[in-house]
Order: sequence, then structure tokens, then C-alpha cells
Amino acid sequence: MSLNKKLVDMDYLLNEAPREKHFITGAQAMSEAVKRASVDMAIAYPITPQSEVMHLVGDIYAQGHIKEYYRAEEELGTMSAIAGAARGGVRLFTATSGPGLLRGLEAIVSWPGHRVPCVLGVLTRVINAPLSIQPDNIEMAYLMHSGMVMLHAENQQDTFDFTLAAFAITEKVDVYIPVSVSTEGFFVTHAKGYVEMMSEELAFTEPDPYHAPVPAMDNEVPPARIQRDAPVQKSNFMSYLIHSVWQQEIWDSNRRAMKYVYQYIDGPLEVQNPGSDVMIVASGCAAAQAREAHRYAQEEGISVGFVKVKCIRPWPKDEIREALATAKTVIVPEHNIIGWLCKEVKAAIPNSGIVVEGPRVYGGMTLPVELIMTEIYDALGMDSLVLQA
Amino acid sequence: MSLKYMIPASKFKRYLPKDYVELVDYGPFGKDYADVGVKNMGTFKELVEEHPMCSGCWMAYYIKIIFAALPNPENTVTIGTAGCGRLAISQAAVPFIYGNYGDQNAMASGLTRAFRLRFPDIQKDVITIAGDGGMMDIGFSMTMHAWFRREKFTTIMLDNEVYGNTGGQESGMSIEGAVLKMSPKGKNFGKMPAMQLAITAGCVYVVKMSPTNINKSAKAIRRAIFAARNLGPTFIHVYTSCNIEYSIPTPDVFRDAKEMEKGRFAFEEFMTPEAKELFAKVESKKKREVS
Repeated sequence: MSLNKKLVDMDYLLNEAPREKHFITGAQAMSEAVKRASVDMAIAYPITPQSEVMHLVGDIYAQGHIKEYYRAEEELGTMSAIAGAARGGVRLFTATSGPGLLRGLEAIVSWPGHRVPCVLGVLTRVINAPLSIQPDNIEMAYLMHSGMVMLHAENQQDTFDFTLAAFAITEKVDVYIPVSVSTEGFFVTHAKGYVEMMSEELAFTEPDPYHAPVPAMDNEVPPARIQRDAPVQKSNFMSYLIHSVWQQEIWDSNRRAMKYVYQYIDGPLEVQNPGSDVMIVASGCAAAQAREAHRYAQEEGISVGFVKVKCIRPWPKDEIREALATAKTVIVPEHNIIGWLCKEVKAAIPNSGIVVEGPRVYGGMTLPVELIMTEIYDALGMDSLVLQA
Repeated sequence: MSLKYMIPASKFKRYLPKDYVELVDYGPFGKDYADVGVKNMGTFKELVEEHPMCSGCWMAYYIKIIFAALPNPENTVTIGTAGCGRLAISQAAVPFIYGNYGDQNAMASGLTRAFRLRFPDIQKDVITIAGDGGMMDIGFSMTMHAWFRREKFTTIMLDNEVYGNTGGQESGMSIEGAVLKMSPKGKNFGKMPAMQLAITAGCVYVVKMSPTNINKSAKAIRRAIFAARNLGPTFIHVYTSCNIEYSIPTPDVFRDAKEMEKGRFAFEEFMTPEAKELFAKVESKKKREVS
């Protein structure tokens, strides 16, 4: 690092270092986290609404906080170059949105198996026709089966904290798979919120590519006959075997990340009013609206619980099950048409019939708190129109 | 630069894999190129020994030349993609990265930059080796853009004018009229002008050849690697026939390569003035100093 920074471990950086309050956008929050992460290389490619993040990361590269940065040809080229650079043992960051994520997906889904530690920002956007630039988050469903760790930020503060935590989690020797940090485009990336940040004089300790389950392919660790990327077509038997053991290890690594989710971001869930009959479960921006609905309900004297899901992978099945153990109705507001979070919640509990499928908005529209309140009133058998008036 | 670190301390030797120790004792690791280069093939333990390629495969022969020609095998990484070639490349005693379809030059862009960050004082050679499909069809954008960005690594295209590994389909490098799978009525356009594309995109050293002469082939490979270290991207477009899909009887494979050398794979070499200057300097040195 060319700037004179004090390198500290992530526990100190995230949990102990003094912080000051700033009023910044989500894109700024993500790049401010990158600034404090001792990133070696960032690779950029434009797509709205992500571009703002990689513009700012480009600025901090120009200021000397990052050693290498370039604009790639398109997202498959970006994500492939990340995979190549990871073999060289450097700390990496890139970010994308919706269609860009899908264009890079062939490379992205191979990262975990190839043990590529990196942080991927996902600033959500519509992917289906008719295309738009608005923040629908259906793209996250495609990442859920990739093997990578997935964090979902509610606001600018989460975006900052989760991005920093992601750099620590991805390089843990018992994890060593990529970590994505998602948040909704525009709602978070282009809107300002309060973010408590530590001094930019502090930065995360530099990576040690030899403290890894697989060595960097840099010829520094003989013996040199390294075939980490085995083409497995030598025989069907070998191909079944190698694929199986690699993927079992990836999903075990994914599960092992959970202890670091507790260590760095205070666990996969935030639970308010546990034990309420009606529980709202949400992630990302939907959690911000669900939090508001929870507050309205408190003001109206209605007892409603709120569960924010911070970590989509590893999926906190036990924690969800415990949080919803006595619920009679579960409401899952989402920013996509398929309801990927709803499906996960239903699969996690024994009584999935109590889950209300929605409310859902899509195409990137906002999620009015009233939609969630209506579901709450319905669940409690109240006349929602009267109460809202 | 010292290669001594590759040589295991005698007390540890027995704990290292036999394969590695043999490459130090009998192979090219830590040796001078003049003792273990292509001229001496057959007298030392080579980086590629076994491979699963077809009998008479001209590509396998050329891949053996690539590895015997490396100026710096101890610090070389190869990157490839789907295709026949990687079946042999992946068995060389040089780290090999197998990514996704056609992404070799994007991967090499990241890897080369990472090496320059972490090892500013050590030369790490990165070479992408892929077929005509991987390089000019599915990987076309990533191949071209790596060149436009002036990424400092060597690209080698093993052109057999067909998708061999997937069963004989037309590629962008097949000749016009070729009747192949997916061109049942014959291909209706000609070979893509790979050499001209490479020159236009900024490669500082470009060769097109049919590798009938081992020394000439090795010289081109070494020039491409030397120029890529300091000057910019380099490209070798080489004819490596598929004797299966083009039904070339094994005894005729060499004759076919000779005929190609008189035809569309006639030797062509492009170099920038800077590359020319570099080669004059490197090649005037005593052989033992070049590695």
C-alpha cells in the first residue's frame, strides 16, 4: 500500500475502531469499505446502477488506496480476469448489476469450485424483459445455488459493514470461497444515509495467499506439478468423483462461513419482538420497509415481530426455525416476483402453511409500508381500511 | 535471477514427490536451456511425458515443443480452455489453469497483473494455449481485448481448423467449403484473418507457421515469450492438424504439415522495431546466458 496506513485485523476494524458519522450514498459506502480493505486489484465494467460504485473505486485507485484497476471488455471478461488474478494470490473486488451479473455468471459459478477468494458487489437491477434499470432483486436467486457466501444489506451502513466483513470471510482458510454483498440499486446505491465509519488511515491486514486450502498458482511453493483445475473428463468415474468431492467441500465451506457471520456482522438475523403471533421476515431494502411496518404496528399497539435476514448463504435455517417457532403467520415482503426468500423460509420451517406469499413488488417499484400493514391486519382479522383511515 | 531455490536441500529430498525430484535431477528445473532445450529432447526428463492424445496427433507434438522451448519453466503458468490441447497441456509439470469456455486471455490478464504486483522483481511467464474455437470463436472478444489492452503475455493458438474435441464441427478458422458437422453443405465463409487481427490489435510479435522444424518452432515460441515480458502481447498462430476429423492417415501427418507450410500456413513473422531490437540483443548473448 503506497499510502501510510495502519494495518489492523478485521475484529478491531469492524468492532472496536472508533467511528464517525457520515451522510453518504450506498455506492460511496461500498467504495469506502473497499478503501479500508487493502484491496490489491479491482476490475470494472459499467452497468447502471452499479457503475457509480466502480467509478468511486476507480477514484480511490487513483488516490493510491488500490494497486491495480482497469475497465474490462464486458462482464464475462471481468469475472474471468478476477478468477485469473485470484490464482496469482491478490485481494480482489468487482461489482455488477442484474444483466451484468447474468453475463458473468458462467465464470462466477465456477469461482467457488476454483477456490477464488474475492468480494463481489451486487447492486440489484431488473434482468427480465421488458428490461429496465430499476432495482428488482430476482438476480440474487441465480447466485443462491452457486456456492458463494451471500450477504444482503438493508441500507448504507450495512453496505459498508458487510463489504468489509466480506473481505475477511472470503479469505478464511476454512471458507476460501467468494462472498457477494448485495443491496438494492438506486434505493441504496444512489440514496444517502448515515454511515458510521472508522478512519481511512486504518486498513485491513494484507492477504496471505499461502494461508489457504489451495496454494496460489505462483510457482513459489514447489513441487510444481500443480493441477488444481483438473479437467475431469479423463474418465467418467474420475469425473463423478472429483466433481462430487469439490462441490461437497464448497458447500461445507459455505456452512463453515456461518461462524464468521456471527463474528463480524452479529449473526445472520436481527430479531425484534420475538415470539409474536405475526412475524415479518425480510432482507435488503424489503427489510427496511418491514422495519417501518414493525414500527407502525408498535405505534398502533399491535404486537408484530420482525426478522431481518442478513445472510442468504449460508442459509440460517436453524435460526429462522427458532425465530418463527411460535409464529401463527409469517409475512415475507420482497422485491421480486418469484419470492425466493419466501421459498427458503417455507422450506426452513415445519409448518410452511403459515407463510403469506408476499407482499411482492417487482420491476423495481418501491414497496409501500401499507402493503405490509395490510397483510398484518388481514393476519390479525382486523378491518384494515378502518385502521388505515 | 537464481533458480537455486528450486533445488531441494538434500535432507528434504526424500520427502518430496519423486516426480518433482526427478525433474530437478534429470529434467529442466534449474538447468540451462542449452542443456535441456528442444535440441536435446529425448535426453532429459521432459515437462510433458504422458498424454492421452490420438495416435499421430500433430497438436501433441507441438505441445511437447512448447514445453521444451520454455525459457523459464520454473516460473511459467499456462492457461487453457476446453479442447483437445488441454488434455496434454494439463499433464505438463507446469501449473495449468483451466477456466471456462474461451476465457483464457481474460484470465491471463488478471493473472499477469497479479504477478507483477506481487513479484515485481521476478519474471513470471504467462502463456495461454487454446484452439481455434477457444481463441477465435467463443473467446474472440476476450482474446482481442487482451491484445488491445496491451496485456503482457503470450497467446498460442493451436489451429486444427475444426472443433476436434466436441466431434468435428465447423470453426471460424475452418476453410471455406469445408464440409464438417454444423456445416453440412460446406462452410460458406473463409478463415478468419487471425494474424492480421493480432497485428491490428497491437501484438508486438506475431508468427503464423506450420511447425515442421523443431528449432524454428522453438525460436518463435521463445521470441514470443521474451517480447511479452517487456513489450506487449505476442501471438503464435500454428497449424496443428486434426488427423481424426480430417482423416489424415497417421503416416501422412508430417507430409500434410509440410504441404500446409507451402500453402496457407506459409511462415510469416511480424515484429515491431522494439521487438526486433530486443531479439538482436537476446540472441547475440551467449546461449548459456539466455533464460
